[in-house]
Amino acid sequence: MRTALKLVSNNDHNTAIELAKHHRHLIALVGSKQDRAAFQALFEHFAPRIKAMMLKGGVNMMQAEDLMQDVMMTVWRKSSQFSPDRGTVGAWIFTIARNARIDLFRKASSRPYDDVYEMEIADDGQSSDDAMLQVEREECVSAAMKELPQDQRDVIQLAFIADMSQSEIAKKLSLPIGTVKSRMRLAYGKLKGKLEAVR
Amino acid sequence: MKLTHHLDDATLVRYAAGDLDEAFTVIVASHIAMCPQCQKASHNAEELGGQLLEAAEEVAVEQDAFAKLMGAIDNQNKANFDGVDAQNVHPFPKRRAKIAGDVPLPLQRFLGAQVADIEWKKVAPGISKHDIVLDKDVPSSLYLLNIAEGQAVPEHGHGGMEMTLILSGAYNDRFGRFGPGDIADLDEHVEHQPIVEPGGGPCICLVATEKPTKFKGIIERLLQPIIGI
Repeated sequence: MRTALKLVSNNDHNTAIELAKHHRHLIALVGSKQDRAAFQALFEHFAPRIKAMMLKGGVNMMQAEDLMQDVMMTVWRKSSQFSPDRGTVGAWIFTIARNARIDLFRKASSRPYDDVYEMEIADDGQSSDDAMLQVEREECVSAAMKELPQDQRDVIQLAFIADMSQSEIAKKLSLPIGTVKSRMRLAYGKLKGKLEAVR
Repeated sequence: MKLTHHLDDATLVRYAAGDLDEAFTVIVASHIAMCPQCQKASHNAEELGGQLLEAAEEVAVEQDAFAKLMGAIDNQNKANFDGVDAQNVHPFPKRRAKIAGDVPLPLQRFLGAQVADIEWKKVAPGISKHDIVLDKDVPSSLYLLNIAEGQAVPEHGHGGMEMTLILSGAYNDRFGRFGPGDIADLDEHVEHQPIVEPGGGPCICLVATEKPTKFKGIIERLLQPIIGI
């Protein structure tokens, strides 16, 4: 069964990398030329996923649609600030969706995230724009995800998509908080190991 | 800046997922603002979110969703031309100049840009405090301590999560030396006794705690309501 799974995974893996490269190209067109066709392609890919993420987080259909609109508006407005040095387009859009959700619900504010982001943009002068490194990043991220054991994947799925706190995850999975934390560390550690190996 | 104490990987994941409350989001963001290594690490953790977003099962958006969005964008562009609130709706915000001051940017809206301008309230001999009023009502608290050179903070354990970020000066405890930019990301059940290093001026640090810190000795416990840490 493992071999069969691996074969499927390899196909998915290559598609995922191609897709990530394509998204990087599209966001550059939106950022530099306000290209509406490129933006529409991004919208068609990400809007239904953002809406799904919001629904998983527990909002109703209408709120999910509104949040998706807000997120895609921000993607349009900030597209010229996207830097592939910091990560993939998917990760960047995830952070915009996360921030929109934090501002709607949380006992937190997205301001600290925005402050760090603003600082990074102010520092962007020495951006490397190394296409080779970016492709490697996309490969690593996708590969790390494929290798992630289900129990770790469940924990990060609940944290990143279902918007559950560490203690809510522990309760839902009937695990001690320490186990939730160590699965988070392991999931991140796998990715970190791969990303650091290419540098 | 050479930093030796960084964020726990589990904290990075929680920050990337958006699971920390305002007090802890501010202290983690402030460390990240001072630490290029954790800046990179936080983006790596965000890739987990990006991958899960990619893998999400799509939910159809409303049929006219894209047209609606482009309509809103055109309206904003028009408002821009008319000079209405141009700052906020500019579709491609300009880059801001370098950030000034020695207070990390995520803290500046609470404290201003300069550590020297912070006002202190004396809470014990050699220890002053500055409480930060957060925007949200959260169970955690965020404050600054200004601890004199050579001063020892009573040995204490923690009732919950606690993080300490050094802004200036340095202290030593059983985990090592903590200088500017270093963060002590401590778990519950950890006990430590920080002693401020002599010769480097007072130690000014930002502290986020989930619940009031528990001091060990009876005298310190009596002092706790007064010190309030």
